Amino acid sequence: MVDEKPSNKQQTTNNYITMKLYLKIWRQKDASTPGKIVDYTLDGVEGDMSFLEMLDILNEELVSKGEEPVEFDHDCREGICGTCSLQINGEPHGPDRLVTTCQLHMRKFNDGDTIVIEPFRANAFPVIKDLIVDRSAFDRIQQAGGYISVNTSGNTVDANCIPINKHDADEAMDAATCIGCGACVAACKNASAMLFTSAKVSQFALLPQGRIEAVERVQNMVRQMDLEGFGNCTNTGACEVECPKGISLTNIARMNREYLSASLKG
Amino acid sequence: MGILDSKIPSGPLADKWTKHKNDINLVNPANKRNIDIIVVGTGLAGGAAAATLAELGYNVKTFCYQDSPRRAHSIAAQGGINAAKNYQGDGDSNYRLFYDTIKGGDYRSREANVYRLAEVSGNIIDQCVAQGVPFAREYGGMLDNRSFGGVLVSRTFYAKGQTGQQLLLGAYAAMNRQINRGKIQSFTRHEMMDLVLVDGKARGIIARDLVSGKIERHSAHAVVLATGGYGNVFFLSTNAMGSNVMAAWRAHRKGAFFANPCFTQIHPTCIPVSGDHQSKLTLMSESLRNDGRIWVPKKMEDAVAIREGKLKPTQIAEEDRDYYLERRYPAFGNLVPRDVASRAAKERCDAGFGVNKTGEAVYLDFASAIKRYGKEKAMTSGIKDPDEATIIKLGEEVIEAKYGNLFQMYEKIVDENPYKTPMKIYPAVHYTMGGLWVDYNLQTTIPGCYAAGEANFSDHGANRLGASALMQGLADGYFVLPYTIGDYLSKDIRTGKIPTDSPAFDEAEKLVRDRMEKLMSGSGIHSVDYYHKKLGKIMWNKCGMARNAKGLEEAIKEIAELRKDFWENVKVTGTIESKNQELEKAGRVADFLELGELFAKDALHRNESCGGHFREEYQTEEGEALRDDENFKYVAAWEYVGEPKDAKLHKEDLVYENIELKTRSYK
Repeated sequence: MVDEKPSNKQQTTNNYITMKLYLKIWRQKDASTPGKIVDYTLDGVEGDMSFLEMLDILNEELVSKGEEPVEFDHDCREGICGTCSLQINGEPHGPDRLVTTCQLHMRKFNDGDTIVIEPFRANAFPVIKDLIVDRSAFDRIQQAGGYISVNTSGNTVDANCIPINKHDADEAMDAATCIGCGACVAACKNASAMLFTSAKVSQFALLPQGRIEAVERVQNMVRQMDLEGFGNCTNTGACEVECPKGISLTNIARMNREYLSASLKG
Repeated sequence: MGILDSKIPSGPLADKWTKHKNDINLVNPANKRNIDIIVVGTGLAGGAAAATLAELGYNVKTFCYQDSPRRAHSIAAQGGINAAKNYQGDGDSNYRLFYDTIKGGDYRSREANVYRLAEVSGNIIDQCVAQGVPFAREYGGMLDNRSFGGVLVSRTFYAKGQTGQQLLLGAYAAMNRQINRGKIQSFTRHEMMDLVLVDGKARGIIARDLVSGKIERHSAHAVVLATGGYGNVFFLSTNAMGSNVMAAWRAHRKGAFFANPCFTQIHPTCIPVSGDHQSKLTLMSESLRNDGRIWVPKKMEDAVAIREGKLKPTQIAEEDRDYYLERRYPAFGNLVPRDVASRAAKERCDAGFGVNKTGEAVYLDFASAIKRYGKEKAMTSGIKDPDEATIIKLGEEVIEAKYGNLFQMYEKIVDENPYKTPMKIYPAVHYTMGGLWVDYNLQTTIPGCYAAGEANFSDHGANRLGASALMQGLADGYFVLPYTIGDYLSKDIRTGKIPTDSPAFDEAEKLVRDRMEKLMSGSGIHSVDYYHKKLGKIMWNKCGMARNAKGLEEAIKEIAELRKDFWENVKVTGTIESKNQELEKAGRVADFLELGELFAKDALHRNESCGGHFREEYQTEEGEALRDDENFKYVAAWEYVGEPKDAKLHKEDLVYENIELKTRSYK
């Protein structure tokens, strides 16, 4: 009954001692000014801090010196709002898997590490300031058709009049967990938004309510995705690896199938 | 009635809403095209209201400080949404949902509003399913339910541990449909800096484009504030970092009364504080209390050994554990309401039985649920005489399917595996029941200014039951506000577009500019966060889970001093005319520094304990809240008259015609 195994294998010795880190951070005044990497040294970092709390401490130091702090996007700090981003040592959301930057903890790093912190890089995600990028292209893709055209007046049928096979409902839910952070785009050598768009298309394609507009939806969303300047998909799979919510490549296959069948119908 | 006319319709409780909808004025479709509405905040209440108002034909402008409407903090709600569908056939009804909510709120909410909420709850589920929200289902294809605290039925619908996310994406999708039609103009990375009143009516807002720093004027015939709660006044809370009270507080300063600010929910199951660097606290959904059992060691020496790292929780024998909720509240056990569970945790930790380094944590243990599910699964899978390891493996799979994302989140933050060792949890600030005072139509005391969702005070009394926030946000947004606002707007069909070059807009814009310049001109000693953390400490220590008159009096004084210090010595870097996160934070903290004082004043004046408001002077011998219905059965609505501590009290007496006032008991 008693569990004798150490329950937390990942606990490293650097958990309760502090670390000194060498940070190389992208600073850029605004969209029209060229940016550059600036070096900072930060002492006293603890393993229990999140990556963003580490940046908070850097910023407190900068403010106390009268310098402008490093701006980065963040909000919920519990991995669900999709606001935080950051390319950390070349990886979106850093070295850990299935986490956003706000859930990445400093125990994943070691004393004396150099950490390169950049914004997500993609033509369709222009830099606004420092580490903040404009991801409104994702909103426009969804505005093009990422919904079911039902009025919100409440005059619909009873919810249980639309039975849905549990497997389909679960798969739709898996696709719907996408947080729209853009890591898939930042991970892709082509800056493709196929994983994001296909997750949205899939959620509705898998549900009976969504089938009615399926043809127009996939065509409109893919058209908008191309207009925004995202690259093409070459099935490298980096997006799936870096996705903090584990969105599966299967969604891309499903969207391709939906798109092809829409083209034939259409 | 005075100024506080709640406008509750006459007639029997169950007919009020239907009757009211039949009685109020409508705006014809052609006239709706000439009417503009501003919606500030795009969470469940704001997003749903914006989509529905646009669908009805109004011209809607939405504003959010986030980079997309979909990122509002409703997205972080985990456990579920209540609806009186009675799909489980366990005797649920609109009346029961109504009754549970009034009782859960410790008899400090309005009967008519709560009944309406229960009445439309079923419709929310229908609506969301039609929109493609992927709720959890059973194998037969029907919707699944689970239980939440403070109730004896299963009426909670859910989508894994991400119900808020899925409901918000539903509302966001409905907004997108209207954006695509050109009926909603969505302003993202915009913050409302002030409300503009023309001839005493809300006619627009001053907003700041957070990217360029530009100040903008936006006019409308009505303004809806769906800007969430003010839990971040405590600095550490489960709210998003950007969650703030600015919009509501600016409206308060312009004449909207602020109701029951001291009614704050401290959620029992959050990940404990780990150190001074901490920027926010993470909630572990209440749904975990369906299967998790809360305990601390029975023996003091065990608690001490655990804190020193000499003993593991799994080594403590069953008979040496104190399942204190099951002990104290046998009828509801681990599913007592949040305020009760939080106070019970504090009581054990204060008595010295806390289980982490700081002594401020209790266990939430899944071992017995894992075994129970494992045995059941083995049976349904046809495995005869399964061994212990098989049972645990199967049980862990069931738990993973139910709560997988929460367990993963816990493991990432704490670096411990909650399948193998109990979670450590402690209460944290989560939700604010108080908010802008609204009448039955959700209108504030400023004509044309409405408040929806957490931003208003109306439905949860002194304590909110789990899975009710999502219900209220969507009820307000989809089904209540879009109709009640028509009654007001029906008088505006000939008004025409509201000009933004009027003296009222000039003056409001000037005030906003002056305020920002004043923030930038502080002497530059301390950062904004320095003040925010100090304020949070005062709030947590003196206005937190337990309050007393002496502490509250000190808090009022200390907050006023801190505010003075802030305005003289805060250091804000950067400029006004550019992206400037420090300036954004400074504006929000400045308002928290005023709200905090009113909060303490409200808590001090309410000489009773009810729901989340626990005054140490007013408790029973067993340490339960001691309500005073004779003297405090009212909503405290505060009018701004200058310094927050001078705010003027207006009372809305609460009338209970359908429910007998009782002492809340979960024993």
